[in-house]
Amino acid sequence: MRASPIWVVLVLMAAAGANADEQPVPLKEAPGQSAVEENCASCHSLDYPRTNSPFLDRKGWEAEVNKMINVFGAPIAPEDAKTIVDYLAKNYGIGS
Amino acid sequence: MLERRRVLQGLGGMLAFAAPGLVSRPASPGELPYLTFGLPAGVYDTAILDALPGKQPLIKLSYRPPNYETPAPYFSSPITANDAFFVRYHLANIPEQIDLPNWRLRVGGEGAANPFELTMADLQNGFEQVEITAVCQCSGNRRGLSEPHVPGVQWGLGAMGNAVWKGVRLKDVLAKAGLRKEAVEIVFDGAHGPVSDKTPDFVKSIPIWKALDENTIVAFRMNGQALPHFNGLPARLVVPGWTGTYWMKHLVSIEAATKPFDGFWMKSAYRIPNGKFPVIERFLSQENETTTPITEMVVNSLITLPAEGQRFGTGRPVDINGIAWDGGYGIRLVEASTDDGRTWHEADLGRDDGRFAFRPWSYRFTPQGAGAHRIAAKATNRVGQTQVDTLIFNPAGYHNNVIRPTTITVA
Repeated sequence: MRASPIWVVLVLMAAAGANADEQPVPLKEAPGQSAVEENCASCHSLDYPRTNSPFLDRKGWEAEVNKMINVFGAPIAPEDAKTIVDYLAKNYGIGS
Repeated sequence: MLERRRVLQGLGGMLAFAAPGLVSRPASPGELPYLTFGLPAGVYDTAILDALPGKQPLIKLSYRPPNYETPAPYFSSPITANDAFFVRYHLANIPEQIDLPNWRLRVGGEGAANPFELTMADLQNGFEQVEITAVCQCSGNRRGLSEPHVPGVQWGLGAMGNAVWKGVRLKDVLAKAGLRKEAVEIVFDGAHGPVSDKTPDFVKSIPIWKALDENTIVAFRMNGQALPHFNGLPARLVVPGWTGTYWMKHLVSIEAATKPFDGFWMKSAYRIPNGKFPVIERFLSQENETTTPITEMVVNSLITLPAEGQRFGTGRPVDINGIAWDGGYGIRLVEASTDDGRTWHEADLGRDDGRFAFRPWSYRFTPQGAGAHRIAAKATNRVGQTQVDTLIFNPAGYHNNVIRPTTITVA
């Protein structure tokens, strides 16, 4: 079902309730961490990058971030996208 | 307000974990991990046992959207309890509560002459009530065991369950809608959806012939109770034999389409390479030159006991117990090996709840000699399909039915 304005309000209320139980999923402290937290956590919890590691190389993480932007419509600025890819490749990836 | 109880955390949580219907208890459950071997390292650092509202502690792979798998000991019972049944969502906008008196299921679309709306009372009184026992398995079950690893929810063994579903035949609902002969697919939407309206809503379709199959139902009861919230309250689609992606939860609309539905979750997601898997039921209106939608489950099995790492005394018989399932042809044979796959022995098949259900099986052996013993199981269905020795790799990690050893120690 499409998100309509009333849904968004209800969801924010629901999210407020759900968040009381969702525990923080800390990411590695490194440059770019805040860009990941600010851009990614609005749509999904941060256990996604942690469980999906470490097996993607930089190209793999780039593909994931591009999918979030181009397919799922994540409003991530290009400079943030690069910071996010750098952070994930370095901290949750393999090789370079 | 629903209350989420955070019960257990960390690997030590297994100590307090008790599954119903266990045939016997592992000798020392505290030593047994609830996560299977072979997952990405990050899963062991991150996954915990955590209870969603109305659920037992399950293996939490992600909080939001909630993705929780069933710990393997629950599969010792061929019917998976509602509160232990796995939870899978793609998108985090999930209604927190269902307003049942005002819930409506819209039935219509271009391919239907007489669109109408159903209430829950209409579903319960206006159509023949039917029941079917069927496995619901996520397409990506065992994705986390793919070698090499592939991105996505890193499911281990438990993104599946078997339940008795009660509801009405979809074909009866569609008959009331006056299906036109131009209809090619039936399209399903649920009350859940994306957080951002720029994200493609989770909408799925099935071919008309599958929609008219007498086993495809709109279910509102599961194991004699209302559906758990996180399994699709108040009504969900049940497509026996096919993977869980088609089993739309929180149903709000059923539409007959006169051309192939082209949403993201059909045309881009949930696809397998053409010709790689032994699939009989194909979704031809959605096929392209290189890929086809995933459809029926591949034949598979799971050893439920002994658990990985379980210890036994020398000279004592060991009962190997497990389940087997497939895409709805039915299990013909399960073989067990106790010597790392060198020789195979026919196992005894247990109670038969129909061709779409988990089929329990068992095999007793007495280990010869102390040390590690690698046991394994291999299921074959009634059309001769069997489990594979080596993974048929595909980018989304679907259809993993590799024969999987369990190692026990005899001392």
